[in-house]
Amino acid sequence: MNKLNFLSPDKNNLYAYLYSGISLLSLSILIVFLNSFFSLDLTSFLPGTISYFLPLIIGFIGLHLIRIEYSGIKFLDIINKNINTNNFNALLSLLIIFAVIKSLPPLLSWFIIDANFAGDSKDACSGSGACWAYIKTWFNRFMYGMYPNAEQWRINLSFIALAFLGGVGIFATDKFKKYLTLYYVVVYPVIAFLFIFFFISGGPIFFDFSYGIIAAVISIVIGFFIPSKFKMYYFLIIPITIYILLKYVFFYEELIELGKIQAFEWVETGAWGGLSLTFIVSFFCLIFCFPVGLFLSLGRRSDLPIIKYISIGFIEFWRGVPLITVLFMSSVMFPMFLPEDMFIDKLVRVIIAISLFEAAYVAEVIRGGLQALPRGQYDAAKSLGMGYWKMHIFVILPQALKLVIPGIANTFLALVKDTPLIFVVGLLEIVGMLNLAKTNPEWLGFAMEGYVFASIVFFIICYAMSKYSYNLEQKYKTER
Amino acid sequence: MENRGITFGYGFLTQESSFDVQFSLIEYDGSHSYFRAYLVGLLNTILVSVIGIIFATIIGVVVGIARLSSNYLIERSAAIYVEFFRNIPLLLQIFFWYFAALRALPLPEKAEPMFGVFFLTIKGFFIPAFIWNNLDIFIYSVIAAIIAIFFVRAYAKKKQENQGTQTPVLLISIGLLIILPLLSFLLGGVDASIEIPVIEQLSKTSFTFKGGLKLPPELISLALALSLYTATFIAECVRAGVQGVSKGQKEAAASIGLTPNQVLKLVVMPQALRIIIPPTTNQYLNLTKNSSLAAAIAYPDLVLVFAGTALMQTGRAIEIVSITMLTYLTLSITISIFMNWYNKKIAIKEK
Repeated sequence: MNKLNFLSPDKNNLYAYLYSGISLLSLSILIVFLNSFFSLDLTSFLPGTISYFLPLIIGFIGLHLIRIEYSGIKFLDIINKNINTNNFNALLSLLIIFAVIKSLPPLLSWFIIDANFAGDSKDACSGSGACWAYIKTWFNRFMYGMYPNAEQWRINLSFIALAFLGGVGIFATDKFKKYLTLYYVVVYPVIAFLFIFFFISGGPIFFDFSYGIIAAVISIVIGFFIPSKFKMYYFLIIPITIYILLKYVFFYEELIELGKIQAFEWVETGAWGGLSLTFIVSFFCLIFCFPVGLFLSLGRRSDLPIIKYISIGFIEFWRGVPLITVLFMSSVMFPMFLPEDMFIDKLVRVIIAISLFEAAYVAEVIRGGLQALPRGQYDAAKSLGMGYWKMHIFVILPQALKLVIPGIANTFLALVKDTPLIFVVGLLEIVGMLNLAKTNPEWLGFAMEGYVFASIVFFIICYAMSKYSYNLEQKYKTER
Repeated sequence: MENRGITFGYGFLTQESSFDVQFSLIEYDGSHSYFRAYLVGLLNTILVSVIGIIFATIIGVVVGIARLSSNYLIERSAAIYVEFFRNIPLLLQIFFWYFAALRALPLPEKAEPMFGVFFLTIKGFFIPAFIWNNLDIFIYSVIAAIIAIFFVRAYAKKKQENQGTQTPVLLISIGLLIILPLLSFLLGGVDASIEIPVIEQLSKTSFTFKGGLKLPPELISLALALSLYTATFIAECVRAGVQGVSKGQKEAAASIGLTPNQVLKLVVMPQALRIIIPPTTNQYLNLTKNSSLAAAIAYPDLVLVFAGTALMQTGRAIEIVSITMLTYLTLSITISIFMNWYNKKIAIKEK
């Protein structure tokens, strides 16, 4: 039997150290656990300060005793390596464990045990915990804003349809894969806009749909006679041209009365709100800010001085001012410059303002990617006889964009997190609705529940986005 | 514009503003001009930005280093903090602190003093204040100390280049910073007394604290939200920076006989800083711009005082919004010029 030296535990008396260390450690955790969960103070016979620090001291000694290198016990080695490498680490680990144990009971009781789930008025919430009945009662408002209750299925239907149409890309066969970019960049946003305009807003439906269908049929019929080389350009330009011609030139007078037929009740954008508005604003801003940012970044690296300096000025201006003043500008200043009879909807102004603002950030991110590419790529593309656009579309941008996926994802995340700012112009998305609900005289004093709810919603959205971007990054990672 | 009956001009800046601001660093009331109101807002913006930048840097560096810790628990807690706070909109966090967390604080008459002198109440944070005599001499002594430190550093560098010996610059600097102001107390006639806030009854049910310094709850919640939010981004910058220094550098430094502290100070940090500084600059800029969210909780910053109240009163939208935007542009460009200069200073000097 070797001599026990408690100052420097070693392998010789492994089990003696192990048992004494683990028992001390569990004792300390037990004391804190009982204290916080059952408010039972095992050490109350000791003076206050000592009893307060006792678990820490006991646990610290316990961790010191089990710190034995290469003990041969796998579990012990993992613990030592990860949370118990030296005295300082051991102390920090203990503090974190105790903090978690201490904070669990109040959190649990606030969130679940003492919380009120049932009921539909303030009286139902008597406990000391959270009042989830408040969230339940206001749930519709938080999701749809002031949108009429009877019409909310329109939002649901549009979102489900758009989610389905957006997911189509996953099922595309190889034959259609090459059109996917075109679909997502051009077709899908148009469909989304139509859905939102006709369905959620309740625009005059027959008018535009009929012209749309006629234009589509005519252009598909003519499309059979177009050589496949030009088909992409053809389908980009012709259907929209026919549509505009039909709408504004040929049938303008005859069908204008017919066009006023509305399928749905018109809901003005001021009544939209809640989480659905967050989605709508983020969606369109994401779609618009990317191409604008792309062109700005190309412009900034252009050889033509005018384009270059305009791009630089534009980017630096938007990056230098806070979004809130941009929104101020869009709501107070912008209408003054418009002709008197012209009116642009609040929501449209906001979407344009946020898109331009974020486009400047996207531009800087993409510029980073463009700069990171070696010169050889440009030279190689030029030596193959490619022009500026061909070089960028087929050689430079695919590589550069791949490099900056994390940066773009961060910008998009910032965009989603910036949407609550639209309260400046009086549009109330989920945070705005919370502030409105908070001041309702029948529901005073539940600010905390509302903010916790909104935090969880935003956390889920943003966390999912960042994980998705990480996956994309891994998927497109190529060894260079 | 003309047909809407709007005229253009900056003459309104000298007119009497006739509105009051509840928190101001310089003397201000309704009889002062709009220009002074602008200054009040600007100073409040700068105040909250500076506080935010200081705390965000401290928290960010600590959390960033914690994320590199070998201790699993510490690394995880830091990661949870970062993931949590950066995925929640800043505006929501400001609202949370202001409307939910700080509203749970006690009323002034029920407030328990912290360490006997700090009072955290629903009406704000009351802290002791210094009352100075001959404050200017004290400030001169601090400035003199800072100038002296620069000379010491230059001397130490020269000495190291010529003779190869190191001077304990840090110790000398700290000594200078303590001794010179202390001398100003002993010889220069500087005198400071501490004023502790005392509770005072305004009416039957209304209490407040008198004396000392009052930090309004708007300032606290804004600074808290800004620094906690921005710290997550700074933490990621710090982590990327330290990870960006290759392992070979540390091993090489250790193999020529540098102590771990020297390795960190002379080899790792200079290289890591080079990676850390540019993105951190961006975060400082973002913080300054984000401080404009103050308008949402009625902290009287530039946007609220000038683009809010002053705009409502004068109706001069174009002038006021353009001045506000120009101010932020100037602030941003100033910070970025300073940081670019610093970045250039520590960049690799290639020959």
